[in-house]
Amino acid sequence: MKEEAAPIKTETFMVNMGPQHPSTHGVFRMRLSLDGEVVVDVEPIFGYLHRGVEKLAEGRTWVQDVTLTDRLDYLASMSNNLAYVLAVEKLAGIAVPERAEHIRVIMAELSRIASHLMAVGSFLNDMGAATFTPLIYMFQEREKILDLFEMTCGQRMTFNYIRIGGVSCDLPEGFIPALTRFLGEMPRFIDEYDTYLEDNEILLARCVGVGVLPPDKAINASVSGPSLRGSGVRWDLRQADPYSIYDRLKFDIPTGKNGDVYDRYRVRMEEMRQSLRILGQSVRDLPGGDYRTKVPVTFRAPAGEAYAHLESPKGELGFYLVSDGSLSPYRFKIRAPSFINLGVLRDLLIGCKVADCVVTLGSLDIIMGEVDR
Amino acid sequence: MSFWDYIKDLSNIARRVAEWTGGEWWVYGLLGLLALLLFLVPSLLALIWIERKVFGRLQVRYGPNRAGPFGLLQPVADAIKVMTKEDVAPARGDRLLFRLAPALAFMPAMAIFAAIPFTRNMAVNLDIGVLYIIAVGSLGVIAVFMAGWASNNKYSLLGAMRAVAQTVSYELPLVLSVLAIVLATGSLSLVKIVEYQTVPLLLLQPLTFFIFVVAALAELNRTPFDIMEADSEIVAGYHTEYSGMSFSLFYLAEYTHALAVSALIATMFLGGWKPDVGIPWLWLIVKIYLVFLVFSWIRGTLPRLRVDQLMGFAWKFLFPLALINILIVAIEVQALEGFPGWLALVNIPVAAIILIGMARLFRFGRVTAPARAPERG
Repeated sequence: MKEEAAPIKTETFMVNMGPQHPSTHGVFRMRLSLDGEVVVDVEPIFGYLHRGVEKLAEGRTWVQDVTLTDRLDYLASMSNNLAYVLAVEKLAGIAVPERAEHIRVIMAELSRIASHLMAVGSFLNDMGAATFTPLIYMFQEREKILDLFEMTCGQRMTFNYIRIGGVSCDLPEGFIPALTRFLGEMPRFIDEYDTYLEDNEILLARCVGVGVLPPDKAINASVSGPSLRGSGVRWDLRQADPYSIYDRLKFDIPTGKNGDVYDRYRVRMEEMRQSLRILGQSVRDLPGGDYRTKVPVTFRAPAGEAYAHLESPKGELGFYLVSDGSLSPYRFKIRAPSFINLGVLRDLLIGCKVADCVVTLGSLDIIMGEVDR
Repeated sequence: MSFWDYIKDLSNIARRVAEWTGGEWWVYGLLGLLALLLFLVPSLLALIWIERKVFGRLQVRYGPNRAGPFGLLQPVADAIKVMTKEDVAPARGDRLLFRLAPALAFMPAMAIFAAIPFTRNMAVNLDIGVLYIIAVGSLGVIAVFMAGWASNNKYSLLGAMRAVAQTVSYELPLVLSVLAIVLATGSLSLVKIVEYQTVPLLLLQPLTFFIFVVAALAELNRTPFDIMEADSEIVAGYHTEYSGMSFSLFYLAEYTHALAVSALIATMFLGGWKPDVGIPWLWLIVKIYLVFLVFSWIRGTLPRLRVDQLMGFAWKFLFPLALINILIVAIEVQALEGFPGWLALVNIPVAAIILIGMARLFRFGRVTAPARAPERG
C-alpha cells in the first residue's frame, strides 16, 4: 500500500517587535505577522510611555506648562516650547520683541538640525551599519549644538527657554561667535556625510523603493514634516502659514520624488542645509533691544480658545488651548506629528521584509515622548 | 642544535620531547594541541581588544582604556564578568541541544587550525588540507541552526533560518574560488600552496582573492553580511536566548572562525610564512593580524544588506564571477608553462575590468512595486 505523504502545512507566525527592541525607538511595539521573512500584517501598539501630559497641563499654570512641553519631543524641545508659547500668545494677544523672535528662530532651527542628525543617525543604525558608527558621527555634530544650548540656558535637554512673551534670558556673550563658527563648519560635515552615504550601493539597495508613501495617501493620512515632503508634497508651515519671522527669511523646501525611505532621508539631509541658511540670515539680522515682554508670574490668559501650529522637525506640531480666564488652561490639546505620521505605518510595512520594517520605521522618525504624551 | 633553531622552528622542540618519551604519536598530538592553545587564547584576547580599539578609533572615541594600560585587560575583565554570570536556558526549549550548540560552534572553528601550516614543519601536512578546511569550516552552521531551534524563540529561529540559507549560498563561490588556486598550484596541500608562492597569489589571482574574501566575510557573518544576528532587526539572531558562558562561547567561536579565515587568507594569498627570513611563523601571525584588521575595518564601516539581496548577490554576482575566474585561470594554466610571476601584471587589470564590468551589470534587488495593505475585515 502506498503511503500518502502528509501535506506540508505552513502558517504565519507572530513576532512581537518591541516594546523592548533595539530599533523601535523607545517603547513602541509592532505585532508582526510573518510569512517567513515577509510581513503579512502589522499592528502598531503604543501607550507604554503615556504620562497624561494633556491632563497634567490643566493642573499647572500657563507659565509652568512650558516645562511639560519640553518632555514631548525631547530631541527638539525648543520647537515644542515655541509651539505652545505661540498658542498662548495668540490667545492673550501678546506682542513679542523683535530680538526675541530672532532668538526663537535661531533656537528652533538649531533644534531642527539636532533632531535631523539624530533621525538620520539612528536610521542608518537601524540599517545595520554595525556598532553605531554613523550614529556616533552624527552625535559629534549634535554635541556642538547641545553646547550652544547649554551656553544659552544652562541645559542640554528640556530647556524651558522659550517663555510666554519672549525667552527666559538674553543670548550670552560669546554665543554669536560660537554659532558663527558652527555655521562655518557644519556645511563641510554635511557634505562629508553625503560623500559617504549618498551613492553608497548598499544604502541605495536598502532604501530605494522601500516603504513607498504615495502623496495622496500621505495627505489623506494627514502626514506632515519630512515624511510628507519626501513624497513630493511641497508643504512646510514655515512658508505655508508663516509664524514668527519666517516670512522674512529666504529658504527652499526640499522635496522628494518617489516617497520612499531614501527620499525621506535625502529631505532631512537637505533640510539641515536650509536650516543653516536660515540661521545665517537670522544671525545677520539679529537686532538689539529687549528679549522679552514682561509677563506676570500669575499670568491669566483671557477666556477663549486658540490653535497655533509650527513646523517642528517631525512635522506639524500644534497646540489647541482653551482658557476660562483662570491661572491654568481649561483644555490643553497637542497635535503630535509623530503620532499622526505613525498612522501610515501599517500601509507601508505590509508586504515588505522584516529588515525593511525597522528601516521604514526609522525613516518616519517617530519619538515616543510625543506619540504617547 | 642551537637555541635559534628551536625558536625558528618550534617543531624541533616537539621532536626533542618525543625522543625522550620514545616517539609515541600521542605526544606529538598533545604538544600540537598545547602549542595551538598557546597561540589561540592570547590571540583571541588580543583580537577582541584590537577590534574594540579599531571600532573606537573609527567612531571618534577612545575604545577600551580603563582596565590595564591602554585597556589591554578589558578582554580579561569581560571574561570574568561573563563567567560569573548566570547561565539561563529557556524553560520550553530543547535543553540538550541548547547546551550542546555553543560547544559545537566552537569546535569546527578550532579544528580548522589543525591544518594551517605555521612553517614547513610546524604543520600537519595534510594532502587534502584545503578540502579538510572547507569541510570542517562549514560545520559551524549546524551549531547555529541547533541554537536557533533549541532556543524556542522566534527571533532565534529567524536568525537560524537566515544563517542556513546564507551559508549554503556562499559556500559555492568560496569553494569555486579555492578551486582556481588548486588549479594553479596543482595541490590541495596548504604547505605546497605556500611553497608555490614565490609571488603571492594575491597578485597572481586578484579576482580569486576578491571572491574568496567576500564569500569568507559572508561565512563569518560579518557586516555587510551579518543578517543572521542582525541586532537592529532580530535582536541577536540565533544567540538571543544565550547568556553567560554559553553566549561567550558563541562569541569566541565567531572570533576563532574569523581568526581561522584570516589565517587561511594569509596562507593561501599572502604567502604564509614567507619571506623565509627571521622567525618564519611570526611572519604568518603578523599577516593573520593584518587580515583581521581589514575585517574589523569593513565591519565598522558598512551597513547591512537584506536577506533577498544577499542571496541575489551570491547567486547572481559571486557565482558567475567565480566561474569566469576558473575559466581564466584554467586557460592561463593550460596555455602557459606553470603560472609565471609576470602574469600578475596581466591579471590585475583583467580582474579590475571584470569586476567593474560585472558591478555595472549587477544591481542589488530593489523593490519596485509599492506594497499594498489588505483590507481589514
